[in-house]
Amino acid sequence: MASQDITPVGTDSAKASLLNDPKIRGYIYQVVVLVVLVGLVYWVVNNTIANLQRAHLATGFGFLDGRSGFDISSHPFTSYSSDSTYINALYVGFLNTLLVAVVGIITATIIGFIIGVGRLSHNWLIRKLCTVYVEVFRNIPPLLVIFFWYSGVLAVLPQARQSIALPFSTFLNNRGFFFPVPIFGEGAWLAGAAFILAIIGTFFVRRWAYKRQMATGQQFPVLLTGLALIIGLPLLAFALKGFPLTFNRPVLGSFNLSGGSLVGPEFMSLYLALSFYTASFIAEIVRSGIRGVGKGQSEAAHALGLRAGTTTRLVVVPQALRIIIPPLSSQFLNLTKNSSLAVAVGYPDLFAVGGTILNQTGRSIEVVTIFIIVYLSLSVLTSLFMNWFNAKMALVER
Amino acid sequence: MADSNNLSFVRTEMLQGQTPPLGERGIVRWIRLNLMATPIDAILTVFAIFLLAWFVPPMINWLFIQASWSGADRAVCSTVAQGGVMPDGWSGACWAYVNANFNQFMYGRYPLEEHWRVNLVGIIFSLLLIALLTPKAPFKTANAIVFFFIFPIFAFFLLVGGWFGLPYIETATWGGLLVTLVLSFVGIAVSLPLGIVLALGRRSKMPVIKMLCVIFIEMVRGIPLVTVLFMASYMLPLFLPPGVSFDKFLRALIGVALFASAYMAEVVRGGLQAIPKGQYEGADSLGLSYWQKTGLIILPQALKMVIPGIVNTFIGLFKDTSLVSIISMFDLLGTVRQHFNDANWASPQTPISGLIFAGFVFWIFCFGMSRYSIFMERRLDTGHKH
Repeated sequence: MASQDITPVGTDSAKASLLNDPKIRGYIYQVVVLVVLVGLVYWVVNNTIANLQRAHLATGFGFLDGRSGFDISSHPFTSYSSDSTYINALYVGFLNTLLVAVVGIITATIIGFIIGVGRLSHNWLIRKLCTVYVEVFRNIPPLLVIFFWYSGVLAVLPQARQSIALPFSTFLNNRGFFFPVPIFGEGAWLAGAAFILAIIGTFFVRRWAYKRQMATGQQFPVLLTGLALIIGLPLLAFALKGFPLTFNRPVLGSFNLSGGSLVGPEFMSLYLALSFYTASFIAEIVRSGIRGVGKGQSEAAHALGLRAGTTTRLVVVPQALRIIIPPLSSQFLNLTKNSSLAVAVGYPDLFAVGGTILNQTGRSIEVVTIFIIVYLSLSVLTSLFMNWFNAKMALVER
Repeated sequence: MADSNNLSFVRTEMLQGQTPPLGERGIVRWIRLNLMATPIDAILTVFAIFLLAWFVPPMINWLFIQASWSGADRAVCSTVAQGGVMPDGWSGACWAYVNANFNQFMYGRYPLEEHWRVNLVGIIFSLLLIALLTPKAPFKTANAIVFFFIFPIFAFFLLVGGWFGLPYIETATWGGLLVTLVLSFVGIAVSLPLGIVLALGRRSKMPVIKMLCVIFIEMVRGIPLVTVLFMASYMLPLFLPPGVSFDKFLRALIGVALFASAYMAEVVRGGLQAIPKGQYEGADSLGLSYWQKTGLIILPQALKMVIPGIVNTFIGLFKDTSLVSIISMFDLLGTVRQHFNDANWASPQTPISGLIFAGFVFWIFCFGMSRYSIFMERRLDTGHKH
C-alpha cells in the first residue's frame, strides 16, 4: 500500500501561514500581475516616446485633416478626389469595407444554405457534389481564392474590344463587369412610394392573418398576397405613369465599352472569394443545425399529419435556426474581418486606404488604433445584433 | 374443443428466399433510391450530370491532357501569338512553371548548397510526427518531449546556422513551404499552451486576471489578422528600446501565435464549460490542489471534448500563415505570386497554374489535419456523449 505516514491535516491549521489561505494567495497573485503589467506598459510607453522623439515623429490625430493626395479607384457612395482629407479617404474605405461585407454576407448565406441542405439530400450525386465543394473551399486559404479569381481568372479575360457579351446587355472583360444602369424618369417616385406602401400593407395583412388564425384557425395565404402587393403595386404605379424607366446600357464600341456601370475586378475577386470561402463554413453550420434537430420531431410532425413541406417550415427550420444562428454570426464577423484581405488585390477598403496613409505619413500608432477601433466596433455591433436576434429566436422555456 | 380433423400444418423445411424483383435489387435499386427517388430528385440528378459534363471534361483536359509538363521558359506555356510554341487557341496548365521553380516554392531563396539542412529538419520532423500521431507507436511521452522541446531547439540551430561551422542564413532568405511550415508549427506549439492558460484565466475567480484575459481574447478576436501583423511589423519596433530590433520573421511569428492563442482560448473554454460541476467538486473533495485538479481531472476531459475545435483552429492558423505575404514575407503563396512577374515565365496560364499548385499543397495539409482529427475523435470517444 501507499505510505501510511500522512500527518493529519487540520491539527496545526491555526498556525498555518497566511500564504496557504487561497484567498490571500489570490490577492497576492493579482497584485503581482498588476504590478508586472503596469511596469510593462510604463516601459512600452517610455520606449515609444523615446523612439518617436528620436525619429522626430509627431503624434496625435490632427494629421487626419490634411490633404490625402492619393486617388481611390472606387468610391460609389461619396465624392472623393485626391484633394480630400485623410479622414474622407478613411470614410470611403470604411464604406467600401461595409459594401463588400454586406454583399458578401448575403451571397455567402444563400450559397451556404443551398450547399448545406444539399449535403443532406437523399440524392447521392447532389450530396457528393456539395461535399466536394465544402471540402475544397474549407481547406484553402481565402487569400489564395482571392488571387485565384484576380490573377487566375479575371486578369486573363479578353480585352475590352473582345468583351464577352452576357445576357441583359452585360459585358465581361479584363477591366471588370459592365452592366446597364436604370435611369428613372419623371414620376418614378410614385413606384417607390407604392413599393413602401406595399411593404407596410403586407405587414398589416400578416398581423391580421395571424390574429384571425389564432381566433378562428383559418389560414390566409400571406406570402402570396404579400408578393402580389409588393410586385403588383409598384408595377401598377409604373404603368399609370407610362413606364418612366430607361436604361443606360453599355455599348461595345470599336475600342472600348461606353455607358453603363462597371464593377472592377478587385471588388469582384474579393466578393467572389469571400462568398465562396465563407459559404463552405456556413454550409457545415446549416448541415449540423438541421441534423441537430431530433428525428423524433419530424416523426411526431408526420404522425400529426403535417406534410413534408409544412414539417420542414414549421417544425424543423425554427428549431434548426436556434442551433445555426450563434455560429452563423461568427462566420459573418469572419467575413467582415477577412474583407481586410482586399489590400492584397488593391481594392480600397478601410485597411488598404489606412495602409496607404500609414506609408505616406508614418503615423503607425494612430492608423492601427483606427483599425482596431473600427473593426472592434463592427464586431461588437454585429454580435449585439445577432445576440438580440438569437434571444428573439431562442426557445422560451418555463 | 378437441377436433378430430387435424387441419394443422407444420412446415418442415424453410421456403427458399426469392430474388427480389429487378427494380428492387442491385444497381437499379440503388439508382432508384439514390438518384431518382422523387421527380425533383430526378431533375436534380439530370442537372448535376449536366453540370459535371459541362465542367469536368474541360477541366481534365486543361489540367492534364493539354498541360505542358516541362520546359525551360515561357515558350512552352504560350501560343504562337503570345510568342510561344503552342498552336493558337491552346489553353492548358503550365506545370512546367511549377516544375522549374519547384525548389523556390519549397525553400525560397535559402542557399542551394544548404538545402540539406532544411531536408534533414523536415525528415526528423516527419519521423517524430508520424511516431507521435500513430496510436500504436511506443514511447509517447519521450517522443512528445523530444518533439516539442528538443526538436525546436535543434531545428532552430540547424536552420539558422552560425554555429559548428554552419554558415549563418538570414531569415529574409527563407521562403516557400519552409516559411509556411515553420510559422504554423511554432504557431501551433505556442498557441495551444497559451490558449489553455488564457482560457483558465478567463474562468479564474480572480477578477484582475479574468478581466485581463477577457480583454486580450475579445480584442484579438475582434480584429483581422492583417491588423495584428501590421502591429507586429510597424508598432512593435516602436515599443522596444532604441537599438533593440527583432527579426521580421520573429515579429510575424509573435503576431500569428498571439492571434491563434485567442481563438484557441475560446475553444478550450468551451470544453471547460462542458465539464460537469461534479468533476470539479469531486477533485476538490479529494483534496487536490488547483493545478492537480486542472491538470489531472479537468483538462484531460475538456481537451478531449474539443479536439475538433482545436484542430479547426490549427487548420485556420495554417491557412492564415498565407497572410504574411501582405507584410512582404514570402511564404508558399507569396513565393508563387512573386514568380508571376518573372519575365521568363509570364504567360496567361502561369498565374492560375501556380495558384492551383499552391492551393493543392495547402489543401493536402488542411485536409490531412481534418481527417486525422475525425480519426482521433472516433478513437477517443469513450461513449460519454449522448
